[in-house]
Amino acid sequence: MSDAMNTRANDAVRSAWKLFRALTTDDAYENYLAHHRAAHPGMPALDRRAFFVREQSRKWSGITRCC
Amino acid sequence: MKKLLWIAIALVGAFAIGGLALHRGESINAMWILVAAACVYAIGYRLYSAWLAATVLTLDDKRITPAIRINDGRDFVPTNRWVVFGHHFAAIAGPGPLIGPTLAAQFGYLPGTLWILIGAVLGGCVQDMTVLFLSTRRNGRSLGQMARDELGPVGGYAAMLGTLVIMVILIAVLGLVVVNAMRHSPWGTSTVFATIPIAVLVGLYMRNIRPGRVLEASIIGVALLLLAVGGGGWVDGHPVVREWFNLDAVTLSWFVIGYGFIAAVLPVWLLLAPRDYLSTFLKLGTVILLAIAVVVLRPEIRMPAMTQFIDGSGPIFGGALFPFVFITIACGAISGFHALVSSGTTPKLIGNERDIRLIGYGSMMLESGVAIMAMIAATLLEPGVFFAINSSPGVVGTTAEAAVATISGWGFPVTVEQMQLLATQMGESTLFARTGGAPSLAVGMASIFSSAFGQHMMALWYHFAIMFEAVFILTTLDAGTRVGRFMLQDALSHIWPKMGQTSWYPSVLMSSALIVAGWGYFLYIGVIDPNGGINILWPLFGISNQLLAGIALCICTGILVKQGKIRYAWVTGLPLAWLTVVTTVATWQKVVSDDVRIGFLAAANDIADKVAAGTMSEAQVAVAKQLIFNQRLDAVLVILLTLILWIVIADTARVCWRVVRGLPVLPSSETPAQVAMAQT
Repeated sequence: MSDAMNTRANDAVRSAWKLFRALTTDDAYENYLAHHRAAHPGMPALDRRAFFVREQSRKWSGITRCC
Repeated sequence: MKKLLWIAIALVGAFAIGGLALHRGESINAMWILVAAACVYAIGYRLYSAWLAATVLTLDDKRITPAIRINDGRDFVPTNRWVVFGHHFAAIAGPGPLIGPTLAAQFGYLPGTLWILIGAVLGGCVQDMTVLFLSTRRNGRSLGQMARDELGPVGGYAAMLGTLVIMVILIAVLGLVVVNAMRHSPWGTSTVFATIPIAVLVGLYMRNIRPGRVLEASIIGVALLLLAVGGGGWVDGHPVVREWFNLDAVTLSWFVIGYGFIAAVLPVWLLLAPRDYLSTFLKLGTVILLAIAVVVLRPEIRMPAMTQFIDGSGPIFGGALFPFVFITIACGAISGFHALVSSGTTPKLIGNERDIRLIGYGSMMLESGVAIMAMIAATLLEPGVFFAINSSPGVVGTTAEAAVATISGWGFPVTVEQMQLLATQMGESTLFARTGGAPSLAVGMASIFSSAFGQHMMALWYHFAIMFEAVFILTTLDAGTRVGRFMLQDALSHIWPKMGQTSWYPSVLMSSALIVAGWGYFLYIGVIDPNGGINILWPLFGISNQLLAGIALCICTGILVKQGKIRYAWVTGLPLAWLTVVTTVATWQKVVSDDVRIGFLAAANDIADKVAAGTMSEAQVAVAKQLIFNQRLDAVLVILLTLILWIVIADTARVCWRVVRGLPVLPSSETPAQVAMAQT
């Protein structure tokens, strides 16, 4: 009984943490790797740094902030 | 049973609004505003947005959204609805919903509060949701592209020109707000300056030390920012160092202009992106903190429901309740700028059409809630104090004694000692004439926070609030300059293709310089204007933002009519009609009014008369000539803006007329259902 509750609490914390990382885009590189492996198998992926720099310049080339 | 619950919510809401409206006493508890807001939002979201989703827009969760269909792992990525909600909210909510309500509080708490609630539920939320929906059905096309595709080239060009103008005005007015908050405030200035190296440090960390570890870097950065707030106190107490940061408004405006240019040409990872992470963390954190503090403390609202300034004689900005409360509060009620975000990044992340209701309507509702909290923070101050902070010397007099005499004469008693005590508590030398809204909001926030989380830290809370506002004003400033630069490069490429290369340095430097010169001009003039540039710039910003909303609503209305939904066209048509009346009347008054604090031309003539009288010194005449030119330029600008809106309305009416008469119009650019349904 308490084990089941523990697991449930653990799951809740884990999914909240996952949501928080997604909100802050902390997980962007992992998502990119997953997507890259699925969409372009065998092709070399960007490393963390190259990916980060590319993402930043992409994000800030349009209207992303408002008044 | 459910119906009973909603009837009860409606009754409670009506009771709270009635209480707010009819209350005539010393003060009223902020709880009345909170309850009224909660009920209005609940009804708006649960009933109106549900009806919009099901009947007007007919959201279809079986359609494949572009995020899923295209899913390129970059722009188009199906994303958890709450994550999109967070990103969209962070994108739309800037300093606007904090500043507008603070300025509009000069009319009393009631007009602004009602407009924020009604404007959001029936206008702003509807605009955001509809544009998001239309763009999602069109592969995430931008507002300008949708205007071109659905109405024709006129709407497209108008949207582009409108965006560029609003960007320039917006940055200028925000720059002015920061300058006014930092003027002769060594603590504030040193803290705001410190945010720049901190952002660079965070940028280097995220790029070189631990690439892409956004969360780690942001936590370090926020900790450093808090240290900087404390460090500012040390600077303020040091007799030598404090003078380095004790700067006047003109010097600060040159700093802001220079900063804007450098930030716009530097690579984004170095300054812009890291500071944006910090500002987003601070923004969400502070908004949550403020909400908790307001709910826990339920402060008393000391501002009357309505002040005598509804007649147009207000000290913060000139102009009567109608139309100026609707111009002053754009963000928080309805903001055209949102249409650009709703047709930019967000539609490419939507994994299911059903989420559009939460993300489009819901995010705007939350922003409206932020505006309500700003209104509470502004109106809990003693009205005399509020007006002493926010009135410019040109209106109330240049000395502290003159200012308190004028303000007390209006029936809002305040004393020099009271203001001095408050300034000392906040760690400032003076709080008189700190126009622009940010300082009075910071005083309001500091008094809420300090009574909730520690009384003796008033000065820290005040400068935390100033830093928090400055950080995301500066983000908006360089993000806006960059976007303006891209738009200008795009426009110039039609003349000389090489200018369109966004990485060609001569083009980057030239177009950035042009944009910075554009807003820098208005900022500089705002700083040297003895009546305080806010009186000129904020209404100009409000008009241009409402104009953009008008263009967005035209496009929405036009598309609804084209889709054969003419009987629902009022959903966007009504807010459009209201905004058209408001902006047109405001423009008319800003141009022809005899009141020098409202009419641009009257003000220009008034200054010209004073110059002709020959009583001014040579330096004053030089400034006066710049002011005269600026007032005339503003008159031309505001006429041009309103003309653009009317042209788009006429063009939309033309398209609607052709639809009604059965004449051919441009085909719908919506992704056909077969394509959207084909893949599973």
